[in-house]
Amino acid sequence: MISFIVNKRRVSVDVDPATPLLWVLRDNLGLTGTKYGCGMAQCGACTVHIGGQAVRSCVAPVSRAAGKEVTTIEGLSPDLSHPLQRAWLEIDVPQCGYCQSGQIMSAAVLLKEIPHPSDDDIDQALTGNICRCGTYPRIRRAVHRAAEMMAERPPGAKPRPKPGTAGGEP
Amino acid sequence: MTRRLESQVLDCAPGMRRREFLKLSVAASGGLLIGFYFPASAAAAAETFAPNAFVRIGKDELVTVIVNHSEMGQGVYTALPMILADELDADWNKVRFEPAPVDPAYNHPVFGIQMTGGSTSTWSSFEQFRKAGAAARALLVMAAAQQWSVEPGSCRTENGSVVHAGSGRRASYGSLAEKAAGLKPPAQVALKDPKDFKFIGKPLKRLDTAEKTNGKGIFGIDVKMPGMLTAVVARAPVFGAKVKSFNADKTKAVAGVRKVVQVPSGVAVVAEGFWAAKRGRDALQVDWDLGPMADFSTESQRKQYAELARQEGLAAKKAGDAGGALASAANKIEAVYEVPYLSHAMMEPLNCAVDLRGDRCEIWTGTQFQTIDRMAAAEVAGLKPEQVRIHTTLLGGGFGRRACPESDFVREAVQVAKAAGAPVKVIWTREDDMHGGWYRPMYYHTLQGGVDAQGYPVTWVQHIVGQSIMADTPFAKMMMKDGIDPTSVEGAADMAYALPNLQVEYHPTKNAVPPLWWRSVGHTHNAFVKECFLDELAALGGKDPLDVRRKLLAKAPRDLGVLELAAEKAGWGKPLPAGRGRGLAVHASFESFNAQVAEVSVDKDGKVRVHRMVSVMDCGTYVNPGIIEAQVQGAAIFGLTAALYDELTFANGRVQQSNFHDYPMLRMNETPEIEVHVVKNTEKSGGIGEPGVPCAAPAVCNAIFAATGKRIRKLPIRMNEAA
Repeated sequence: MISFIVNKRRVSVDVDPATPLLWVLRDNLGLTGTKYGCGMAQCGACTVHIGGQAVRSCVAPVSRAAGKEVTTIEGLSPDLSHPLQRAWLEIDVPQCGYCQSGQIMSAAVLLKEIPHPSDDDIDQALTGNICRCGTYPRIRRAVHRAAEMMAERPPGAKPRPKPGTAGGEP
Repeated sequence: MTRRLESQVLDCAPGMRRREFLKLSVAASGGLLIGFYFPASAAAAAETFAPNAFVRIGKDELVTVIVNHSEMGQGVYTALPMILADELDADWNKVRFEPAPVDPAYNHPVFGIQMTGGSTSTWSSFEQFRKAGAAARALLVMAAAQQWSVEPGSCRTENGSVVHAGSGRRASYGSLAEKAAGLKPPAQVALKDPKDFKFIGKPLKRLDTAEKTNGKGIFGIDVKMPGMLTAVVARAPVFGAKVKSFNADKTKAVAGVRKVVQVPSGVAVVAEGFWAAKRGRDALQVDWDLGPMADFSTESQRKQYAELARQEGLAAKKAGDAGGALASAANKIEAVYEVPYLSHAMMEPLNCAVDLRGDRCEIWTGTQFQTIDRMAAAEVAGLKPEQVRIHTTLLGGGFGRRACPESDFVREAVQVAKAAGAPVKVIWTREDDMHGGWYRPMYYHTLQGGVDAQGYPVTWVQHIVGQSIMADTPFAKMMMKDGIDPTSVEGAADMAYALPNLQVEYHPTKNAVPPLWWRSVGHTHNAFVKECFLDELAALGGKDPLDVRRKLLAKAPRDLGVLELAAEKAGWGKPLPAGRGRGLAVHASFESFNAQVAEVSVDKDGKVRVHRMVSVMDCGTYVNPGIIEAQVQGAAIFGLTAALYDELTFANGRVQQSNFHDYPMLRMNETPEIEVHVVKNTEKSGGIGEPGVPCAAPAVCNAIFAATGKRIRKLPIRMNEAA
């Protein structure tokens, strides 16, 4: 039995400890927002957070999550309120959408570590995430936009109305 | 199967105009369902009509648009609802989409089967969705007018409501839905004057972004059903190989493996979840009869193609006397161009979930080919097509791969479900997907061209060697003429350049590697060859590549238009930093016109760096310029990936590449700035998913010549092979 926390929920699974976390999330826990793309940490579609770090769950054995906190796209926010999700909606980033969970999860760690990333920082953080549709230009714009949103409203802070607008939400 | 489908395809040949008839029925919710009857075919128009429903309006005010094309990233779940909602005067915030079930009513208006492909979804459904919206609107107006005892003509609509001009009374569509459902439809409905469009032409936000941003969107691979098992299949390592025998002892020892079953494509390991199935498959020992492709190699294939190119081919185009003009040309050159097999490499590998029981078969998958898949599934299951239901999920990319004439991934999944006796989802690994065939075929071109005394191109002889995609499919009869597959020569035989002498010959080849349409199909290689060889002729005549194109496109205004705009936006002719070069390409495909300018440098190790791309798209009347910008950027990246990196090669009958480490994709850090300009005009709508792909490779290759003086004649680009 391996126990860990997924999206703030404690879970225990009875699986071979070598099973990749990806398949435990998808097949045992029903969290299908995390995607399979290559199975060899080449494409980033399976990116989740373990203890706040971006991890390719297709090659991470579930044993690596034991006792730790795992966050998947479903746990990033309950209501699309994370700045990255808001920026993704504002800029209409996804095309087919399959890689976007991984893109967002990689970008989330970047923004936590570097609140105002440069283009080079974005390259560094997101080069491990492939998008076959070619949404990279919009991903770049959206990451910059999310950084702006975070600066406008630090996480946890109350919405700060701008002069001339009714509220903080777009 | 093939013959049945053929007749269906033939019945609905392109160009057929259909008369529409309105039909109403009350939806289960008590809402209003509006659709059309279409004749099943022109011949049967008088007596046979098929219902076709595109919109549902509920008492809750929600407007659900039923979309008969698959969403694979191209934005069709937004563009088609926009068209319908515009004529309906709907409140855009209340508009939702729903994938259509499989039914002849949802057939492609041009191709006559339910499908998504050929960059046709938006333009082919444009009128259909307008009329569906306008018809719904007319009934809602009638319902309000009756309720108020006023003339329908005294009412107008806005933002999801009917308004009576005289009294200012207002009724929401939801409140009118039930009453409208009981009304007899008008024989004719008026469409808006395009100048009154509220949504069409505007960059409205996509309707599917939220579910693609919170992990909730369901792709085929995400489908779950009660009691479902997962299968991974050991398939032939060489195309055409057959299972001689297999030993599953070690497989059955893997925890979670439930069954091992043989199917025509190989041996399926059926287990509780993907990981057990994959481990079980890895432990399986299969002895294969490799068959005639056991020695197949890319090298031997190239030799065979080179030999064929020297022979006489099928005449795809013959204008003037190209051979004679070569003999009298002031200057001439010849060249060989080559492109490899390519995998579509959608981010979501192939998969298909099947629940087969007795008299019905339920299928969940991301497909571009519902009608064909349904027929294939019915054939395998021993059912009638009507007993097979296909639930179209989101597609994690398609690019043509999910439009397989043999329905390989659906057919096999039904076979596995049948053999396993349980609901099964077959998942292909990335390696399975890359080795599974249905590739953009390898092509080999030879060219001879000449310029006149003024240095302008006057003659062109081209031999195109490669597998036909259409041959041996149900589409052959409808699409092929005199043995020529139009997709093999498109963009070459019909090039826009005014060359007095043009000869294009096609040499179809056959082998067991299954070929398929791959985003922009024949244009993927023909645009590369045409635009690069034209650049060679420009250089031969000592001309600027832009000037030569201008002269040869003088009577092709839309080609010329995108060319001029791309050159202007890219700063053609303006100085560049040392080591950089600009290249351009212009090409029409899928009834749209595209020109691209690339800015490139090559470092001392031969690494090509693309710094900037300008892409100008004229797709005529358009629906959503925001989606178009994204498609055109993505198409350039798709084209750059093929230009810079990808090839599938064969040795000992086996594909040598397997995953993204040896079949790379362009990544964020390699993606140039891509500037998109969409031409605004009122021309007929063209496609948008594919036309942005073909120019990327030649623009880059021509820029490499400008930067280094070296010609790239083989993709992917390898500077050490450049001449």
